[in-house]
Amino acid sequence: MNMIAETREHLVVIGNGMAGMRTVEELLKLGGAAQYRITVFGAEPHVNYNRIMLSSVLAGDKTMDDIVINTRDWYTENGIELVTGDAVAAIDREARIVTSVNGVSVHYDKLLIATGSRPLAPPIPGLGLPGVCAFRDIADVDKMLDAARTQKRAVVIGGGLLGLEAAWGLKQRGMSVALVHLMPTLMERQLDAPAAQLLQRDLDRRGIAFFTEGQTEEITGIERVEGVQLADGRFIPADLVVLAIGIRPNIDLAKACGLEVNRGIVVTDDMRTSDPDIFSVGECVEHRGSVFGLVAPIWDQAKVCAARMAGDATALFAAQALSTMLKITGVDVFSAGALTAADEADDEITLRDDNRGMYKKVVLRDGKLVGAVLYGNVGDGQWYLQLMRDKTDLTDLRDRLVFGRAFAEAGSGSTEPDIAAMPDDTQICGCNGISKGSIVCAIKEKGLATLSEVRAHTKASASCGQCTGLVESLLAHATGVTAEKRLPAICDCTRAGHDEVRQAILARNLKTMDAVRAAFGWTKLEGCHKCRPALNYYLLCAWPGEYADDSRSRFVNERVHANIQKDGTYSVVPRMWGGVTTPAELHAIASVAEKFSIPSVKVTGGQRIDLLGVKKEDLPAVWADLGKAGLVSGHAYAKGLRTVKTCVGSEWCRFGTQDSTGLGIKLEKMCWGSWTPHKVKFAVSGCPRNCAEATIKDMGVVCVEAGYDILVGGNGGIDVRVTDPLTRAATEEDVMEYAGAFMQLYREEAHYFERTAPWIARVGIDHVKKRLVSDDEGRRALCARFLYSQRFAQADPWAERAGGSDAHEFARLPEMV
Amino acid sequence: MGDFTWKKIGLIAEIPLRGARRLCFGHEGSPIAVFRTGADTFFALIDECPHRAGPLSEGIVAGETVTCPLHNWVIDLRSGEAASPDEGRARSLPVRIEAGELYVGLPIRETA
Repeated sequence: MNMIAETREHLVVIGNGMAGMRTVEELLKLGGAAQYRITVFGAEPHVNYNRIMLSSVLAGDKTMDDIVINTRDWYTENGIELVTGDAVAAIDREARIVTSVNGVSVHYDKLLIATGSRPLAPPIPGLGLPGVCAFRDIADVDKMLDAARTQKRAVVIGGGLLGLEAAWGLKQRGMSVALVHLMPTLMERQLDAPAAQLLQRDLDRRGIAFFTEGQTEEITGIERVEGVQLADGRFIPADLVVLAIGIRPNIDLAKACGLEVNRGIVVTDDMRTSDPDIFSVGECVEHRGSVFGLVAPIWDQAKVCAARMAGDATALFAAQALSTMLKITGVDVFSAGALTAADEADDEITLRDDNRGMYKKVVLRDGKLVGAVLYGNVGDGQWYLQLMRDKTDLTDLRDRLVFGRAFAEAGSGSTEPDIAAMPDDTQICGCNGISKGSIVCAIKEKGLATLSEVRAHTKASASCGQCTGLVESLLAHATGVTAEKRLPAICDCTRAGHDEVRQAILARNLKTMDAVRAAFGWTKLEGCHKCRPALNYYLLCAWPGEYADDSRSRFVNERVHANIQKDGTYSVVPRMWGGVTTPAELHAIASVAEKFSIPSVKVTGGQRIDLLGVKKEDLPAVWADLGKAGLVSGHAYAKGLRTVKTCVGSEWCRFGTQDSTGLGIKLEKMCWGSWTPHKVKFAVSGCPRNCAEATIKDMGVVCVEAGYDILVGGNGGIDVRVTDPLTRAATEEDVMEYAGAFMQLYREEAHYFERTAPWIARVGIDHVKKRLVSDDEGRRALCARFLYSQRFAQADPWAERAGGSDAHEFARLPEMV
Repeated sequence: MGDFTWKKIGLIAEIPLRGARRLCFGHEGSPIAVFRTGADTFFALIDECPHRAGPLSEGIVAGETVTCPLHNWVIDLRSGEAASPDEGRARSLPVRIEAGELYVGLPIRETA
């Protein structure tokens, strides 16, 4: 019991929602705990949670726990008394007392009304039937989730933000969903007709059935809901009906105690109601004729309200331009301000690409942005919003504005970006955070003349390379010399490119690195770290069984057959054919991890187990132990075949059409150990559901009833590239032949360090098809060359090293006495 | 030229041509690597790249340079200097060969 006399004023908050609690948080930040003791009444039996995220809970993207804002502990720690599950029934302004439904009466000095809003419920017959609910609170979400578990058909009434999110969530939960909307287009308050049509098309493709211009006449049913009857005669059967046609401010309490109300509780700029000791924030208020449903202005209200409570006599609330986004995974919508031109003086500029599902519109008034609607690509939304709020004069940017920030700020409208006009602080290289100014400065100060010099000195375009063109333009602009377009040389030791070197190796019978370097007049006798691994690979590929691999020309990972980590330890990944393992193998892996105190054991994306943090000197002993269980190198470090990922296929899966696991193992057994220009990953999926993600692999096989679809040139990573279809094979044997031929074509034609995706992007899928599909004889010859070279490649490097070869790689040199 | 403690580390054949070995002992807490070039010249460096302390002994040796395996800095084996435009230096230690056996010299700390 607190024995010190309470001198603080009592602040009572009606409503434990987002607006009320944000105000309390803001007040605490301002030191309000010294000024007020705080009591909060909440009608719901929960702590304070993020109502906006209910749709994510419904869709299964988040759990209830994820959306809790303040735990009970938070209330306790901050000395706040929380009364949950008990709504306030009356306010006595004379006596300054609020009374709850359960009869709790408390006196207040200051009162905050944050009662939020209620779902709009027009007088539709049948609203009271079991199976009808709103989409407003946790109880509603529980009802919907319950229905999704036991029922099939849902009808959502209302095609605004909330209705669409409800529909999508229920769809995600496996219900068949129809959506009824009164207006001809969806989200008509936030989207213009073209954007709304794209949205409807995309959601229609995702399986939501739309009934636009549909006026609900009755919700039918006897004991529970059975369907929705529309005024035009259409009837939609339903087990669950969700009403999401809008909200109205919850003003009952305020009205009953005589506060000034209109649509909402009327507040002035200082968030006070008509009673100066009573504040109000959130969806229940009306400010200068506006009511609020989005969170951003409500956060502003909370801040102003808290400041006023803390004694700041200057804080004022002013509504800002607002933006809307829709929370449906993969559907990107942005809208702010005016949707269309108000009159002929306004400018509307639109950009539209129906096939890609992209739409942009900006609305300009007196040279300033007053509205933007984006669909498909919303990355520039916040930029547009800022331009609107800042009332930036856009007369000069008008022509480029609709193309987005990067183009508007960097480009002049021609195909070449206007380098000269670009401000110095424009970021050129996003990976390394390099601006135009620092690149130009480096070029001038250090006299840089080539792209590789600029890369070396500034790191610009040295990571993902997407800005290479811009950096070249900058270089040309700064030096006044246009870059010479020449095929890139292998490295700085030579002017020769990859293709001419590979051709010469065969045509001129060059069989050693020295011979190649002499033939092309290399400037450095022993080459460098760039050309040595490339030449070593080209010779190995050209002369299988003849050329002896030079381990000193390999990167450390391929020399020691493990992946170096940033702390100088290594990772070890044993091969698991097709991702299949056995208890004995798992025992062996577990024992090794314990015996050598390996700190981290992780499952990889390629269905293997990675042992991370192995000390270099332990590697041979680790491999020896793994080898006893039959485990061999997984080549997770190699420019070679890494993994063949598979699904369980027809052996177990009820959808499987072929034995995808078995085929994956066969492919892996055929291709392991080969050296390739860069790493290679395969996958085999047993049906078009494609659980093995075959469409982003170097080669993917998707089994269908009629055979095997072969896909090539896919890639995850920075630049995701979906495979190109190569052909459909009838039998497993055919697949094996295509795979062998594909591997060999890639080995013979790609540049060192070039994945299959950029290689195919460079030579074209038609070229690959010509060599592998149209030319039966050529395909068989490629496959034969691959299998021949495999005769020299398929020796387990771990077994060799566990047996003592290359021992000098793993042991340190001791001091001799 | 300061004084050195010379440590014998074995026959030159223990170190692969165009390669390197790390030693069991270090200097002032840092590891030491001994390099052998294609021309059979020997060098010793503190085995830490000036950039992020990557193990230089694991790099590709070409001429009298080694390339760090972590981020491809090129280090001069003789001076330990990073090739331009990178800046930094790995400390170099003297190496001596007597009767086919390698010695590396560790500086004796000056006592003031």
